[in-house]
Amino acid sequence: MSRLLTSRWAVLGGFAVGALLLFVVAPLALSPFRLDQLGRYLCFAIVAVGIGLAWGRGGMLTLGQGVFFGLGAYLMAMHLKLADAGPGKVPDFMALISSDGVPWWWEPMRSEMVTLLAILMLPAALAAILGLATFRRRVRGAYFAILSQALAAAFAILLIGNPTGTGGSTGLSGFRGFFGFALADPANRMMLFFIAAAVLLLMLVIARQLMVSRYGELLVACRDAEERVRFLGYDPATVKTVAFVVAALMAGVAGALFVPIVGIVSPNDVGIVPSIGMLIGVAIGGRTTLFGPALGAIAVAWAGSTLSEQLPSGWTYIQGLLFMLVIAFLPGGLASLGGLWRRRVTPGGRAQPVTATPAVPAATGGD
Amino acid sequence: MEADYLEVTGLSVSFDGFVAVDSVDLSVLPGDLRFLIGPNGAGKTTLIDAVSGLTPATGSARYAGHELVGRKVHRIARLGVGRTFQTATVFEELSVLQNLDIAAGHRRGPLTLMRRRRGIPDEVAETLETIGLTDLLDAPAGILAHGQKQWLEIGMLLVQDARLLMLDEPVAGMSAEEKEQTGKLLQRIGADRTVVVVEHDMDFMRSFASSVTVLHAGTVLAEGSVKQVQADPRVQEVYLGPGRHTAEGWQPAGRVSKAELETVLGEGV
Repeated sequence: MSRLLTSRWAVLGGFAVGALLLFVVAPLALSPFRLDQLGRYLCFAIVAVGIGLAWGRGGMLTLGQGVFFGLGAYLMAMHLKLADAGPGKVPDFMALISSDGVPWWWEPMRSEMVTLLAILMLPAALAAILGLATFRRRVRGAYFAILSQALAAAFAILLIGNPTGTGGSTGLSGFRGFFGFALADPANRMMLFFIAAAVLLLMLVIARQLMVSRYGELLVACRDAEERVRFLGYDPATVKTVAFVVAALMAGVAGALFVPIVGIVSPNDVGIVPSIGMLIGVAIGGRTTLFGPALGAIAVAWAGSTLSEQLPSGWTYIQGLLFMLVIAFLPGGLASLGGLWRRRVTPGGRAQPVTATPAVPAATGGD
Repeated sequence: MEADYLEVTGLSVSFDGFVAVDSVDLSVLPGDLRFLIGPNGAGKTTLIDAVSGLTPATGSARYAGHELVGRKVHRIARLGVGRTFQTATVFEELSVLQNLDIAAGHRRGPLTLMRRRRGIPDEVAETLETIGLTDLLDAPAGILAHGQKQWLEIGMLLVQDARLLMLDEPVAGMSAEEKEQTGKLLQRIGADRTVVVVEHDMDFMRSFASSVTVLHAGTVLAEGSVKQVQADPRVQEVYLGPGRHTAEGWQPAGRVSKAELETVLGEGV
């Protein structure tokens, strides 16, 4: 794992293959419908890159990434609804259920600039506050996981309980345009896919830089021996908050891309179950690696769509089973198979220490 | 200019009413290699826990003019106070070099942190030499032998530029040869630093201590050179239970022979 991460050529090769697949092969090989689906998987992959950083490298088992994903998604959805309605007008769903007009907190989203800034800053700011508040109090492990999960639940309840502001349990949908481009146009849909692909690659570059930097080493140190880091003169709360904020930012951006690609966002996309769903791909792909989380997320999302087309009710069980199997028997994820294989073929070869595995409490219980 | 010495006055630590450290006074000067000894539960580790900020305490512990009691652990560490733990705590998945580099880095700014390390910082290279791990710099710390981990921890204190070092049982589980090397290392680094060593190993203490403080039931029982402490009847008593004082000196009670006493407290009892 560490060898793969440090060898510059392997990583460059990975990026090259990824870019080739996303920008050349996928548009040629896939129908517009499948390309749209792949675009949706890429959004989950972007979230996964952030989770890989926070959980795999920082040891923060965040079961509430749906909150940041949802923030980004709803901010984008609000803007699209307002833009569809036209300047000064009320979005269609709002006019149907209430005559109060547009709530004050929707108004800023009429501006494209404000919306984009809010998507980048609000999830990050929320994560900074939450991170400092919890990590300063040394909340970690299972307690942190439960806290983040409760947050996801609360966020979904808040959305459902506020139908005039957020569309309630049906969410926001029926978007016609995206920053002036018609969403029905296949060319624009392909553009959206390319944006998602480019953002994913950019997030991977950011994650890679953070992993190989001195900060990345410090983050792993905080994960494995937080107290020891304290005695070296660092405040682990700050170190961990940085990774948590980056993960939240990635989730927010992913949510914002999800909305025009999928065409709907509802509490079903941000609550406890989807939040855990975002984690499963990371666990399966290999949470401590660079590409593992993204590949795992794409694979799980693809398997989810394919299997639920075949056997609609079976997927959640398979998902839960997969997660348990990986955590129990392959804690390093599929990415660790290569290392296991190398050790098998060359007995007595360079023994790599098995990645430490903090317990994953109650994560499978949400299915 | 403030002298870089440790001055503990009236330091107390209690856990739910149990007083683990009871109004301890202690001064340690630079260049002194001070050993803290005492039976189990005497409060040795709790004392350095309190000084390093791990355990809340009352009273005062000043180092280089700064009050340590009430400060956060990482702030105390930034004042140049470093410590090790009974079980060597190194970052097992990181290499020896990465361990030392992290220890050297709490003064680095965000921009330096976000960049990759290029080469080996001078102080790290120097320390690798001092602790004899230069050949293992790329090895994961997790595969090091027990003694090497302890040395790595001491090395981390050195690159951290700790001026006050508190070591908790640094030679536990080491071979005789490793103990010898560790003792010499401590003497070398203690020449211009303030070093406090909590230790159960009496042979090690006799060979390398320049002064000794004996703790018993949370209080300071005796303090002085190795010879003075060994000769102190109260020290003999807490280690071996009540005996009797005769004209020839102290005689151990019951079945404890003079030979046994010597294995604990050394010859010349």
